[in-house]
Amino acid sequence: MKYLNVEQVTKRMNGRIAKNNISKALFFLATLFGLIVLAILIYRVVVDSIGWIDWNFLTGRQSTDAERAGIMGALLGTLWMMLVVAPVTLILGIGTAIYLELYAKKGRLQSIIQTNISNLAGVPSIVYGILGLTIFVRAMEMGNIILAGGLTLSLLILPIVIVAAQEAIRAVPGFLSEASYGMGATKWQTIKNVILPAALPGMLTGAILALSRAIGETAPLTVIGIPALIIPFPEGIFDKFTALPMQIYYWTIDSSLVAEYANLAAGTIIVLLVLLFVLNSTAIFIRNKFQQRF
Amino acid sequence: MSLLTVKENITMVNNSKTDIASAVHANNQVVFDTKDLNLWYGETHALKDINLQINEKEVTAIIGPSGCGKSTYLKTLNRMVELVPTVRTTGEITYKGQSILDKSFKVENLRTRVGMVFQKPNPFPKSIYDNIAYGPRIHGIRNKKILDEIVEKSLRGAYIWDEVKDRLKENAYGLSGGQQQRLCIARTLAIEPDVILMDEPTSALDPKSTLKIEDLVQELKKDYSIIIVTHNMQQAARISDRTAFFLNGEVVEFDVTDTIFTKPTDNRTEDYISGRFG
Repeated sequence: MKYLNVEQVTKRMNGRIAKNNISKALFFLATLFGLIVLAILIYRVVVDSIGWIDWNFLTGRQSTDAERAGIMGALLGTLWMMLVVAPVTLILGIGTAIYLELYAKKGRLQSIIQTNISNLAGVPSIVYGILGLTIFVRAMEMGNIILAGGLTLSLLILPIVIVAAQEAIRAVPGFLSEASYGMGATKWQTIKNVILPAALPGMLTGAILALSRAIGETAPLTVIGIPALIIPFPEGIFDKFTALPMQIYYWTIDSSLVAEYANLAAGTIIVLLVLLFVLNSTAIFIRNKFQQRF
Repeated sequence: MSLLTVKENITMVNNSKTDIASAVHANNQVVFDTKDLNLWYGETHALKDINLQINEKEVTAIIGPSGCGKSTYLKTLNRMVELVPTVRTTGEITYKGQSILDKSFKVENLRTRVGMVFQKPNPFPKSIYDNIAYGPRIHGIRNKKILDEIVEKSLRGAYIWDEVKDRLKENAYGLSGGQQQRLCIARTLAIEPDVILMDEPTSALDPKSTLKIEDLVQELKKDYSIIIVTHNMQQAARISDRTAFFLNGEVVEFDVTDTIFTKPTDNRTEDYISGRFG
C-alpha cells in the first residue's frame, strides 16, 4: 500500500505553491521597506542641499550667515580626529585580539574578558561620551580638543575592532600555523609571518567599518562639550574643533531660527555620506583584493 | 602492484624473519627510542605503554585503524601534540640519546631536527620561493645567495624543481595538490632535518601523485630517517623497512615490514592486514 495518494497531493499542490509565493513576497516587502526609507531620506537630503554645495560651502569658514557659511573647519576636525582614532584603535584593538586569541589561556578569566568586550560593543555611545568627559577632558585636563574627542571615539569603537580582529585571526586555518611550528618557528615568528599577514585584510576591513561608525557619532561629542561655533580651522590634535555630525546637529536645531540652516545641514549630510561611502568602498576593496583563499 | 605480488616478492627475496631483522638493525643507529610512553588528551588515554625503537635512515611505517593513536604518536615525536592544551604524557622518548619530552629540551630545536609533512598539503599563501625560504629565514639566514641555493637544492631534493623553476615567484596555491605536497616536502628539506615525519602524506592525493611521493620517499631515505603514518597498507608494504601496527593506543606488533605482511605473529595484525577490520 502507498502512503502518498497522488490525487490528494495534486489537490494540495496549488495551496503549497501559493504559500511559496506569498512567503517570497513577504520577504521582498521587508527588504523593500528599508530601501524605500533610505530612498526618501536621500531624496529629501539631496533636494534640500541642491544649490547649497559649492566651493565656498566646502572650503569656507563657519559663519552665522547662512550664505557665507562653510564646513571646512568641521571637515578638518573630523579628519584630524580620525588621525587619532585610526592608530589608537588599530594598535590597541589588534594587540588585544592577538593576546586574547593566541596567548591568553582559555579559562574563566579569558571568558569573562571576552563577554565584557562583547557587552561593551553594545553600550550606548553617550555613556562613552561621559567616560571621555570624565577621563580625558576633566581628569587629564585636556579640555575639549581633538585628542580628547579622538580618544573618546577610540574607546567607543575599540570593542568592535577587537571582535572583528579576533574573528579574522580565528579564520586563519590552523594548518598554516602548524606548518610554521613544524619547522621550529617560535610563537611570535608564527604570528608575525603567518597569522598576521593572513588575518590583516579581515582586521583592516573590520577596523575601517568601525571607523566609519566613529565618523558619524554625535552623542559622545556633544557630551564632551564641542562648541556650536568655532571660526578658526584646527591645525593639530591639540586644537579645539567641531566635526561634521556636530555641525549637522547644531544647524538642524537652529533651523527654527534661520530656515537656511536646514539646507546647510543637508549639504553637510551629503559630504558626510560621501566620506562614509569612500571609507566603506575602501573596506570592500581591501577585502576583495587581499583576502587570501586557501 | 597488488599486495599479493608485494608479499610474494618479499617472501622470495627474504625467507627468514630474524635474518632481515638483524641485518637491518646492524647497519643503523637508533634515532628515536620510546620507553613506556603514555599519553592522555584530558581523560582519554590515547597512547598506552608504547615502546618503540626507530632506526636511522630507514622508512618506518605506522599503520592501524582510525583513532588508534598513530598520528598522535607521530606528533609526539616533534611535540606538535602539545598544541592541544589538555595533553599530558608520561614515559620517555629520546632523540639520539637526548630526552625530548623534557621541558628543558627546546621544542624549536627539536622541530628543526625533526621536520614534518602533514596530511593535507599546507603551503603558506606566499610564493613558491618564500615557502621554501620560510624555514631558513626563521632560523636566521638572510643572505639572498644562500637562500637561492637552499631553495634550488630543496626543490631538486623533492623532485619538483623542473616543474616550478620558472614560476618561483608565483603563489604556491596555483600548484596542483600533488605538487603542493612535494613543495611541502621541499619546505621541510630546507630546514635540513635528520628525521622527516609524514602524517598520511598521500591521503589527499590522486594515485599518480601518490606514486611520485612514494618514489620520493625511497630517494629521501638515503639521507633522512622517515616515519610515515599511512592508512594505505599497500603503501606501507611498498615503501617501508619496518612497520608498527597500532590498535587502541597500543603497539600490537612492530617488525620488519616483510614479516608484518607475510608472517605476522599477532592475530589482530593479520586480521587488519587482510582487511577483516579497520
